[in-house]
Amino acid sequence: MKSIRIGAGLGFYGDSWQPVKASIERGGVQYIASDHLSELTLAILQKDRQRDPSAGYARDGVPMLAELWPLAAKHGVKFILNAGGLNPQGAREALAKAFHAKGWKASIATVTGDSVLERMDELRAAGEALTHMDSGADISGVRDRMLFANAYLGAQPIAEALAKGADIVLTGRVADAALTLGPLAHEFGWRWDDWDRLAAGLTLGHLLECSGQGSGGNFGSSGEWAKIPDYAHLGYPIAEVSEDGRALFTKAPGTGGRVSFDTIRQQLLYEVHDPHAYFSPDVVLDMGALKFDDEGGDRVRVSGASGAPRPATLKVVAGYHDGWMGTGMIGFAWPEAYAKCAKSAEIIQALVKERGWKVEDSNIEYIGYDSLLGANADPRHRDELNECFLRMTVRTQDKRVADAFGRLFPWLGLSGPPYVGTMKGIQPAKELLGIWPTLVARERVESKVNIELEQAG
Amino acid sequence: MKVGLWRIAHARSGDKADRADIGLFAYDAETYAVLKREVTRERLAAHFAGMGIGAVDLWPLDNILALKIVLNAALQGGAARSLRMDNLGKNVAAQLLRMEIEAPAGLPRLR
Repeated sequence: MKSIRIGAGLGFYGDSWQPVKASIERGGVQYIASDHLSELTLAILQKDRQRDPSAGYARDGVPMLAELWPLAAKHGVKFILNAGGLNPQGAREALAKAFHAKGWKASIATVTGDSVLERMDELRAAGEALTHMDSGADISGVRDRMLFANAYLGAQPIAEALAKGADIVLTGRVADAALTLGPLAHEFGWRWDDWDRLAAGLTLGHLLECSGQGSGGNFGSSGEWAKIPDYAHLGYPIAEVSEDGRALFTKAPGTGGRVSFDTIRQQLLYEVHDPHAYFSPDVVLDMGALKFDDEGGDRVRVSGASGAPRPATLKVVAGYHDGWMGTGMIGFAWPEAYAKCAKSAEIIQALVKERGWKVEDSNIEYIGYDSLLGANADPRHRDELNECFLRMTVRTQDKRVADAFGRLFPWLGLSGPPYVGTMKGIQPAKELLGIWPTLVARERVESKVNIELEQAG
Repeated sequence: MKVGLWRIAHARSGDKADRADIGLFAYDAETYAVLKREVTRERLAAHFAGMGIGAVDLWPLDNILALKIVLNAALQGGAARSLRMDNLGKNVAAQLLRMEIEAPAGLPRLR
């Protein structure tokens, strides 16, 4: 029976592509599905685009392919990547230029049409309310501050691009798992209403989309994380999928990490809400009857995905300007490390008040005590810390206040409590973005989706 | 006896817009039955009260011995707006593992 092997590429913008080499060389993969985007990434790419209109795509896509393509071409491996971000055309130009310079030939498909920012007024006029899908809030309060708005496209345009003969499919915002479901539907000719098969593909795409998190990385636990072998050479996960949607989940031989019942069920539920209705553009997955049979040796059989018809709407994630963050930090050693941080926070608050700075919200955290555990930090440790850093942040509409805030801190070094450890450098104001998830009728987006095929080199 | 979840379960958390979500996993079926009974929406709401969260959603998944937990309105508006060090809510799962529940001393991980 025919089977297809798909390997995980990156799991986020800035992830390492070194582990992908083992999947290509020894993992027998035909495709790499590389996920460069998240809600936060779009916010980062938007800031890039504001500085330079030719930017706005994930800048790691080109160097990744520049390093891996000779190996991929030798093994006949195709790449599906969403590194186009907010500017897939720009990403394609950069990629074509790099391939031309190297004298490499490849057929590159670009999928566009996910951006709806420039169409928001048209969509509203057509009856799309674009209300916040969680809070139900009306969009008019933030409409003028919108900086990006992208629909999550599904796997169909990716499958179409592959059918046209693409070696590399470059997309903007598509559902992360579509990077895997696209090649599966293309290879097996799955019908777009074969809900259980599509649900199986969605499951596997979801297990692959966070790279090392699907093979033992970030294994959230006490003690057990230390038993994961050879983190330094952790292999990214690979799904070997059959036509009926059943799969073997594994990784390349000789790599570190672990594929097991424990590691992959952690990834299965990652960033999932209702597990009986996990929405994607192509199908709605019910995880309630999924079966993971752990055969040992980093091999887990995956079956039992159940699908319901795809939604009539696509999810759009938009981002809007929501003020500026100012950050300041200072640290202290024993004795009374925590108390000295708390005193410094008090001093800074007084200075902010005296200056009359308008601050909407502020946060005080003690690094080494509660900056990650929050109110669940154990207070018994508080007064005996060897050292502690104060981190203070403010949200303000005034960028000058956000910039000036961090500059209040160095003065404390000579005029505040003793035994100080300064942070190296002052943090400038950081733009804050509110995220606006909403829904739009799918045909209004899909009618504008475009697939362009270009021969590079 | 009182048992910290970290001794009998594992967990990972993530973010979507203003929601933090957690997968909580029993290492074995016997422990799963205890988690299902003890880790309730009410207990979760109390445990995370210090974060100033909204409603808690909870789904048990018998097939993978897991509880899916969603904390609504938990991330100061979302990762790109949050003032927190842990703007992505990656450590919400660690916070959960600090919860103590009533559990029998004979559970496999405690033997």
